Amino acid sequence: MIPSSILSVCYLIGSVTFIVGLKMLSHPETARRGNWLAAAGMVISILGTLFLYRHDGEHLHNYGWIAGGLVIGSVVGTMAARQVKMTAMPQMVSLFNGMGGLCAMLIAVIEFNRLLPEDASVTFAQVLESRQLSLYVLAILAGLVIGGVSFAGSVIAFGKLDGKISDRNFAGQQVVNMAVITAIAALSVYLICGDPRQPALIFYTVTFLSLFYGVLFVIPIGGADMPVVISLLNSFTGVATAFGGFLYDNQVMLTGGILVGSAGTILTIMMCKAMNRSIRNVLLGSFSATASGGPVSGGEQGNYKEIGLNDLAILMAYARKVMIVPGYGLAVAQAQHVCHEMEKLLRDKGVEVKYAIHPVAGRMPGHMNVLLAEANVSYDELLDLEPANDALATADVVLILGANDVVNTAAKNDPSSPIYGMPILEVGKAKAVVVNKRSMRPGYAGIDNALFSEPNTSMLFGDAKSVLQNLAGAIKEL
Amino acid sequence: MEAILSFIHTNLQMFYIVILSIFLGIEVISRVPAVLHTPLMSGANAIHGVIIIGAIIVMGEADSGNYTALFLGFIAVIVGTLNVVGGFVVTDRMLEMFKSSKKK
Repeated sequence: MIPSSILSVCYLIGSVTFIVGLKMLSHPETARRGNWLAAAGMVISILGTLFLYRHDGEHLHNYGWIAGGLVIGSVVGTMAARQVKMTAMPQMVSLFNGMGGLCAMLIAVIEFNRLLPEDASVTFAQVLESRQLSLYVLAILAGLVIGGVSFAGSVIAFGKLDGKISDRNFAGQQVVNMAVITAIAALSVYLICGDPRQPALIFYTVTFLSLFYGVLFVIPIGGADMPVVISLLNSFTGVATAFGGFLYDNQVMLTGGILVGSAGTILTIMMCKAMNRSIRNVLLGSFSATASGGPVSGGEQGNYKEIGLNDLAILMAYARKVMIVPGYGLAVAQAQHVCHEMEKLLRDKGVEVKYAIHPVAGRMPGHMNVLLAEANVSYDELLDLEPANDALATADVVLILGANDVVNTAAKNDPSSPIYGMPILEVGKAKAVVVNKRSMRPGYAGIDNALFSEPNTSMLFGDAKSVLQNLAGAIKEL
Repeated sequence: MEAILSFIHTNLQMFYIVILSIFLGIEVISRVPAVLHTPLMSGANAIHGVIIIGAIIVMGEADSGNYTALFLGFIAVIVGTLNVVGGFVVTDRMLEMFKSSKKK
């Protein structure tokens, strides 16, 4: 049997598992198996490449290096993925995505270096012409630029979600961004058509500008929009992978890359819709851009009343229906287990308890569902936005645990607010609202919340975990 | 113009793959519940780690004396593997949490 024909079959299997795996990932029951199916396809494709790949009849070389890289990557990747806390999951995904982008970029650099003429008397244009390589260089450049943007952008997104980098924007940023893109395009055209004397210099300038653009692209975008950005960068890396597939005439890279590119784009749009924001707004960083117009303050806001632990325990234990609105504060405090404990105590007292889950509560869509599922909260107790809003109208007590922007009434009432138009959980419809926060500081989007000064709202300050522990204790003693 | 046409003609198969894959990607994940947005994104993230194949090829074809290529290729293999392995493991960890939902 000819190795290359077996390899083609391996790639075919790989492509099919990616498609089926992605399909299975979009249903709760099959998602986990879908993930492993895609992983199996990946292993088959990688092993096939290692042992069956032939170029002009030649085997691959440098097996030691390759094996070393694979082992190091696998060990570090597994450890990082296993040890990361659930709360830090989004930035981990962003970082892994950036690694893919970096990989695409490095491949482009190596492939380009192979094209450079060794003989000084031969110009770069002659090399391209003699071997009909112009489109090949175009694919290299595309992989380089997209991979570079994705890498730099993902690292910045990682830094932001990890709280290491803050939002920054300056006047005329859009102009600078456009100038950088134009420069990248112009230099690329010059490299292919202009017969430059220093092709390598131009190539590395493009590399640098791509990385620079990745930073510029992400740095002004508000932290609350980061999931959308990661999803977008994810589809970028997909496209960079597809260009790699074109480079090597490799079908599994091509299909896998394009599949992720298009699925990632749709996913990005769906995430935007869940937050009722347009991609354009997200990318222009309008959270920060309109911030100066909206009622924004970095300090504390006044006019609120507090409630004591015991009062709240009594309020909830004798209510008919309690709704819990979890947010990032719950995730940070790792309070999901205590929360479930308290929920069970209330249930034992005959109280109906439901969770109201906003689609973008936490740092990523589905973040809260994952956290609560970890604490064994039953799937049936979690209500999506619309059923939650119906249920909130009949609730006696709403307990908000470290959520802020998703219950901010400004999204409904204040057209000048940066989050105006985002669907919110209408907690104000309930008889009593209790907000647990660490302090009066505004939420992630940096906007004040009028809800806190409503007459039926009371505040309960403190770390979600210790508050819930004490609350559970107080309920037990009733 | 002629160059573009002949390019399309010689790579016709690739154009079909690209166009069909685009539609497939859109079709495959339409109507996904918001709960699964994050795991789906993470899974897709692992899938584009297939770029690792490119890294393996570029590494395997490098001259054993060309240390720049070897070094860059080595880094490319490492980060590509990170993308694949980390991506799939993280996705699995997220989905592991949904186990209890099956009981319903």
